[in-house]
Amino acid sequence: MNVIMELKKVTREYEGKSALCGINLKIKHGEVFSLIGPNGAGKTTLLRIMAFLDKPTNGKIIYKGKEAWGPNLTKYRKKVTMVFQRPLFFNSTVFDNIAYGLKLRGYSSEEIEQKVDNVLRLVKMEDFQERSIKKISGGEQQRVAMARAIALNPELLLLDEPTANLDPANTKLIEKIIKKISKITTVVVATHNLFQAKRLSDRIGCLLSGRLIDVGNTRDIFSRPRDERTKKFVRGEFF
Amino acid sequence: MSEQLFDLVVRSLWISGTALLLALTWSLPLSLLLGLKKFRGRKILISAFNSLLGIPTVALGLTLYLLFSHAGPLGFLGILYTPVAIIIGQALLITPIIVSLLTSAIESVDPNLKDLAKTLGASERQASLAILGEAKKGGILAGVAAFNRAISELGIALMVGGNLAGATRVMSTEIARGVTTGEMALSIQLTIILLLIVFGLTVLVNLAGKD
Amino acid sequence: MKKRAEVITFIAVVTFFILIVAGAPQSGTQLMVATTTSLYDSGLLDVMAEQYYEKYGVHLRFLALGSGQSLEHARRGDADAVLVHAPELENVFLSENAGGARKIIAYNFFAIVGPSDDPAGIENTSPTEALHRIAQTKATWVSRGDNSGTNIREKSLWAASGFESEELSDEDWYLESGSGMGTTLLIASERGAYTLADMGTYLKYRAENLIDLKVLVGEGKGLLNVYSVMAINPENHPHLNFQEAVRFIKFLISEEGQKLIGEFGVKEYGHPLFYPAVQLLKENLDPQLANWIRECAFFDDSECPDQYRLGQDELYL
Repeated sequence: MNVIMELKKVTREYEGKSALCGINLKIKHGEVFSLIGPNGAGKTTLLRIMAFLDKPTNGKIIYKGKEAWGPNLTKYRKKVTMVFQRPLFFNSTVFDNIAYGLKLRGYSSEEIEQKVDNVLRLVKMEDFQERSIKKISGGEQQRVAMARAIALNPELLLLDEPTANLDPANTKLIEKIIKKISKITTVVVATHNLFQAKRLSDRIGCLLSGRLIDVGNTRDIFSRPRDERTKKFVRGEFF
Repeated sequence: MSEQLFDLVVRSLWISGTALLLALTWSLPLSLLLGLKKFRGRKILISAFNSLLGIPTVALGLTLYLLFSHAGPLGFLGILYTPVAIIIGQALLITPIIVSLLTSAIESVDPNLKDLAKTLGASERQASLAILGEAKKGGILAGVAAFNRAISELGIALMVGGNLAGATRVMSTEIARGVTTGEMALSIQLTIILLLIVFGLTVLVNLAGKD
Repeated sequence: MKKRAEVITFIAVVTFFILIVAGAPQSGTQLMVATTTSLYDSGLLDVMAEQYYEKYGVHLRFLALGSGQSLEHARRGDADAVLVHAPELENVFLSENAGGARKIIAYNFFAIVGPSDDPAGIENTSPTEALHRIAQTKATWVSRGDNSGTNIREKSLWAASGFESEELSDEDWYLESGSGMGTTLLIASERGAYTLADMGTYLKYRAENLIDLKVLVGEGKGLLNVYSVMAINPENHPHLNFQEAVRFIKFLISEEGQKLIGEFGVKEYGHPLFYPAVQLLKENLDPQLANWIRECAFFDDSECPDQYRLGQDELYL
């Protein structure tokens, strides 16, 4: 299988402390990859680096065989998108929020309307187009954030704790959407929910104190983890 | 309205409107810089602009007169007593207003929105513009306040414009002249028009800004 | 989106430059004349500008300042010509070689105006006697105090009556408005005070019923007010439009220009605000008046001594 993104010896220091340390990781084209680990392990930091939001202090990010940080960074940014754990919105309508990224990509207004329509149907919010983003519930906001990312047809979709703080119904819906979208795009999910990781992913990486201590197929990670700490973690002993 | 009066109003509007456009060309990037980037001296710069809010127009007018006068360092430009001189003067006058109001409007926008814009494919510049878009309410208010200040000021228009009939005579200078020459009716008429413009603009913006 | 933003920016920039260009001075089509507020505020110069534009296609731009300020602006090269009424200052201006080609174009009289009950009893006295009585009775006097032509005349009148203006400033009854003629008249009217006014501004304020003041002393040599025009020396400021300034001077002393001056205000106030001076001096029509003008505004027996004529001898034929 092709590698879509490769991280080589990536470290990230923040205010003198190292938040990530020597991360080597290959994300394969078309897979769903889950990053698991306790809170504060560095999952968000790693996703931000993969989204080209933060520059690694050391190391390289190779996107489809090419180094990403350079003059073409904006071009790569258009292919990778990230949904934050606490979703952010422009103070406007649902439609405007989804349309923003599409406008940046130069779509015509007919195309934009079409695409917004499609993704809103996907997240079951067809009638929400003209609603103000401030006036919908947290679960609905999370779905709009997903829709906004999906509308851009990203090659790589990064989701940071997509179901944290959501009720079971919304969680189920979001997971369903992830499953659906994973058929056409590569997805990386950061989650502290082991069951979710198990349900969704092809492969799993276990992050602990800024180090990637284990990477493997979902089945292997759960049934015979190589690392002692992974073993403890999947048994729930870290919590 | 007589043709003469009409010309005066139109000239005032275009001089102060152009001054606003000119001031925006440097105030927008400056406000973005002050509102988004953290750098040393930022606080000092912001308070400097805040303290320039109340700069007396005569002080600015005199300074510019000395600069633009033929005997002055910029005399070779030959813009003294032309609308260009008033435009430049008013643009400088309203820069602190735009920068102060716009910077605080930008500061009140969640800075993480810049990251959001980037995840949606924005370049650094586009992300900054997105923040500016979020601050647009405050921005429009800043623009209106600045325009109103420009069109109402007297010192600069008088000192570097010279109140030349048919060339640099604007509403404020004509109001003042009308009083000194005993043409009170004209001054009163113009004052009412000026107030209508100033209040009308503010009301219009407030109505448009409502959710 | 990107394209639209670029188009908008482009339109904004183009509009901006069109506005700048549209507002820029078109050299050769305007003449900048620094002048006194009293002359400008009469409205004569606006009428003159209209006529001049119709005739020559050149806009006269009048910068209305005090006489002292006007000459100062001219020194700095900010005007092509000056139209003032302050002979002492003009003499200095000429001797500095700052300008020349001086022509006396008009005259009128200042007036001492005051409340109609005239508490100091100055009506129909001479100017110096009037000031004496005002000082003696400590009646309130409002001075312009702005170094304008009127203010300078006021000071010299006080000096002729034996009072120095520096000392007068300390007196309670002597106020300095620091403002133009109009404002000074308003203040004098409000306070029931006396002041020295130019007739043009006085009549206008009177006609608009803005002031309750009466002309008490309106004739006499000491109140003679002489207006003259000068071009700025092109050697000091080559960028200035000297040729146009000379044409403007020729227009002012021409029959047409003099007629314009003499007829202005007749319709509105019943008599002219300014009297043409060219014929009077040339043909000595009223010898006493002509002599007053010579005494008041000639230097070395000439309205413009030879060395200051800037090669425009034809103006003095």
